[in-house]
Amino acid sequence: MSAPAADLSTADGGIKTTRRWPQEISILLVLFGIIAVFEVLGWYYWGESFIGNKQRISIIILQVAVIGIIAVGVTQVIITAGVDLSSGSLVGVIAMVAASLAQSSTNARAVYPALTDLSPIVPILAGLGAGLIAGAINGTIIAVTKIPPFIATLGMYVSARGLAKWYTNGQPAALLNDDFTWFGQSFIVYGFPIPRPVLIFLAVAVIFHIMLTYTRYGKFTYAIGANPQAARVSGINIGAHLVKVYMVAGLLSGLAGVLTAARAASGQPGMGVGYELDAIAAAVIGGTSLGGGVGRITGTVIGTIILGVVTSGFTFLRINPYDQEIVKGIIIVTAVSVDQYRQRRRKKV
Amino acid sequence: MTLQSAASSAEPSPPRQIATPAEPPAGNLLDVEGVRKEFPGVVALDNVQFHLKRGTVHALMGENGAGKSTLMKIIAGIYTPDSGSFRLRGKEMRLSSPLEAQNSGIAMIHQELNLMNPMTVAENIWIRREPRSRIGLVDHGRMRRMTQDLFTRLNIDINPDSRVGDLTVANRQMVEIAKAVSFNSDVLIMDEPTSALTEREVDHLFRIIRGLKASGKGIIYITHKMNELFQIADEVSVFRDGKFIATKSSKDVTRDGIIQMMVGREITQMFPKETVPIGEVVLSVRNLTLNGVFKDVSFDVRAGEILGIAGLVGSGRSNIAETVFGVTPASSGTIAINGKPIKVTSAAVAMRAGMALLTEDRKETGCFLLLDIQDNIQMAVLQNKYARAGFVQQAGLSRDSIAMSRSLRVKTPTMQEPIMNLSGGNQQKVLIGRWLLTKPRILILDEPTRGIDVGAKAEIHRLISKLAGEGVAVIMISSEMPEVLGMSDRIMVVHEGRVTGFLGRAEADQVKIMDLASR
Repeated sequence: MSAPAADLSTADGGIKTTRRWPQEISILLVLFGIIAVFEVLGWYYWGESFIGNKQRISIIILQVAVIGIIAVGVTQVIITAGVDLSSGSLVGVIAMVAASLAQSSTNARAVYPALTDLSPIVPILAGLGAGLIAGAINGTIIAVTKIPPFIATLGMYVSARGLAKWYTNGQPAALLNDDFTWFGQSFIVYGFPIPRPVLIFLAVAVIFHIMLTYTRYGKFTYAIGANPQAARVSGINIGAHLVKVYMVAGLLSGLAGVLTAARAASGQPGMGVGYELDAIAAAVIGGTSLGGGVGRITGTVIGTIILGVVTSGFTFLRINPYDQEIVKGIIIVTAVSVDQYRQRRRKKV
Repeated sequence: MTLQSAASSAEPSPPRQIATPAEPPAGNLLDVEGVRKEFPGVVALDNVQFHLKRGTVHALMGENGAGKSTLMKIIAGIYTPDSGSFRLRGKEMRLSSPLEAQNSGIAMIHQELNLMNPMTVAENIWIRREPRSRIGLVDHGRMRRMTQDLFTRLNIDINPDSRVGDLTVANRQMVEIAKAVSFNSDVLIMDEPTSALTEREVDHLFRIIRGLKASGKGIIYITHKMNELFQIADEVSVFRDGKFIATKSSKDVTRDGIIQMMVGREITQMFPKETVPIGEVVLSVRNLTLNGVFKDVSFDVRAGEILGIAGLVGSGRSNIAETVFGVTPASSGTIAINGKPIKVTSAAVAMRAGMALLTEDRKETGCFLLLDIQDNIQMAVLQNKYARAGFVQQAGLSRDSIAMSRSLRVKTPTMQEPIMNLSGGNQQKVLIGRWLLTKPRILILDEPTRGIDVGAKAEIHRLISKLAGEGVAVIMISSEMPEVLGMSDRIMVVHEGRVTGFLGRAEADQVKIMDLASR
C-alpha cells in the first residue's frame, strides 16, 4: 500500500531539477570509432599505429586549434539561427595586419619600416581589434537591414579577402619577431610537443562553454535562435544581441588570424581559405542545428577533432589529397542529414 | 417575435427545419444536409444543413468557433465530412481535395490570400493553365489578353503585368476573385473579404458581387459585419457551437434577431471570480493609435481590477495589447503608469515598468519549443533579475522556478523536460509562470485559455482571480464570451480598431457585447 502512495506524491508536486545525459556522448563514440578504424587499417596496410605516433597527434591538435577557435565563434552564431561565412577571409586579413606589425628590424622590406621590433602586444591587439570591428560590421548590417546573415557575411567574405591582398599588394609579410612567433610554437612536456595555440583553443572552448551555459548572454543566444518572436516579447533586444554575437565571432576569427601568422612566422593574403566551411562543418558535426536554438561547445570541440582526425588519418593511409576532399564533403553532408533526421524525429514526439 | 422565442429556447431544441421557399431543392446550386465533422475531442459540425440558390448571395454568421469555417472548408474540399449528403447542382458527390472542388466549379477566396507575390497578375490567374504557343511555350500575349477580357467583364482595373506583391490588399483581393471566376465556378466562397478593405473598395467589391449574382452564380459570404449582411446578402444562415440554427431571407431578419440567434446560450460554466477591493488607477492609456491598425484607444485599469477586452478576431484587440507592451510601439497617444507617463518603445521598457504580456499564440510568440521548461520559464525574468555580472544565478532561479511550477501545478517530473512534450494547458501554465516570476503589477493576458482543456482552464481562471486579489491590474482579452463575462469587472469592446463601448459587470451580457462588437 505504501509504495503507490509514495509514487503519487512524487508525481504530484515533486518537480525536480535533473541533469540530462550529455548528448555529446554519441558523437564522442563516433570519434572513437573513427580512430579505431584508422588504427586497424594502419596495422593492416602499413604495419604501424595511427595514434601511437606523437608527431602525428601533435599535428592533428595543431590543425584542430585554429579551426576550433573559429568554430566556437560560429557555433554561437549558428545557435542564433545565423551563419558566419567571413571567418576564413578575416583570418587572412588579420594575419596580414598582425604580421605587418610584428616584423623584425632585420627585414629590409618591412611593411612599416618605422614600426619594427614592437612588443607582441601591438600586433595581437591590432588583430583582435580588427576582428571585433569586422564582426561589428557584420552584426550591424544584419540587425539594421535585416538581410539574411548568409548574405551579409558573404559580402564580408569577399571584401575581407580583397582587403588582405590589397594590404600589401599581395606580398607576404615575413621575418617576424621571435616574441610574436612564440605564441604559435610548441613547448615540450615529457617529450611530447604541445603547440601553444592548442592551449589557447582549450581556454577559449572552456570560456565559451561557460558563457553559453551559465550567463545571460548564452541564454539569450539560445532564445533568439529558438523563437525570435518569443524572445522579443520576453524583452530581449534582438538587434543589439546579434551585434554582440557577431562581434564575438569576429574577435575569435581575429584570434585565429593572429595565431595563424604566429605559427607560420609570416602573414600571407591566402591564409585561412576555406576555414569558414571547416568551422561550420565542425559545429554541425558536433550537433549544432542550422535551424537555431540547439548546439553546445563541447559538441563543436569533438566535431573539430573529428575533422582533424579524418584529415590526418587519410594522409596516414596515404590516400591522395583529392580523394580526401571528396570524402570530407560526404562526411559533412552525412552529418547535416543526420541532424535533419534528429530534428524531424524530435518534432514528432 | 418568433426569432426571440427560437433563440431563448435554444438549449435542448433540435435545429429547426426551415421550410424552403417556392423552388424545389433540386434547383439549388448546392445542397448540404446532415453534415457532421469531428476533430479529436471536438464535434466541429453536428447535423448541419445548408442550401445555396443560383444568383444569390448567402451570408453565414456565427461567433468564432461556431463552425462556419469548417463548413466552408468542407464545401471547398479541404475537409471531408464524417457523414451527411453533399449535392452540387442536384448531383450527389464526395469531394476529396480542393483541386476536385475547383474542377467541379467551387472556388474559395481565402481570408489570407494565396497568391504568389513575385509573379505577375496574369501569371497568378492562369497558373497551371497557361495558354501555350504552337511549340509549347507560354504565350504571354494571349495570357495578357485573356486577363484583360476577364477584368473588363468584372469591371476591374488592374494591369495584368503588375507584380502581385506591388498591389494593394484590395487589388489582390480582386485578383483572387477574378481567378476564381476564371475557373467558371458556379459557387464562390468569400471568407470575410472586406476585413482589409476601405469603404470605397468595399463598394467596388459589392458591385462586382452583384454582377456575379446577375450572371447566375451563387456566392457564400462569411462575415462578422452586420451592415454588410443587409447591403449585399439575399439569405443568411446562422450557426452556433457547430449547430445549424436557421436560414432566413435577409429581408425578414433584424440585427437584434441575428445576434440573439448567434449567442443564445446560457452561461453554464462557473467562474471563480471573487469580488476584491479595487484600488487606484495603475495603467492609464489615452488616444493610443497604431496607424492603420487601431485608433484613439483610451482606457484605465485599476489595481485589483480585471478589464476584459472583447471583440471579434481581427478587431485589433491583440494589437492594442502588443502596443501597450511595446512590442509594436504606438504611432501616437500616451501611456501612464501610476500617473507617470512613460514612452513604451520596447518590451524591455514595459517590463521594467511592471508590465507582463501573455501573447495570444502559444507556439508562435510564446514557447521556445526547442528549449526545456526551465529555460522557458526563466527567459523573461532574466532580463532584470537573477544575474550578477552577466552570470545567471541558477541555483536561486531554479528554486524559485520550481516553486512557481508547483504552485501553478505544471505536470512534469523535471524542469529539464522539453516544453514541446507538455500539453497545451501545461505549456500555458509555464508561460504564465514566466511572467509571474517577474512579479508584474499589470498583467495582460491575450486568450489565456485558448485551446486548453476544461480542468486547466478553471485553474487558470482561479489564478487570474487570485492575482487580482493581490492587487495586480489585469487586462484579459478573450474570444470566449462566457469567459469575458464571467471574469471581468469591466468590459471594453473593440470593433475595427476602435473602442465601441465599455460595459460594467452588472450590465454586460452577450447580446450587448455582440452589438458593440459588430457596430
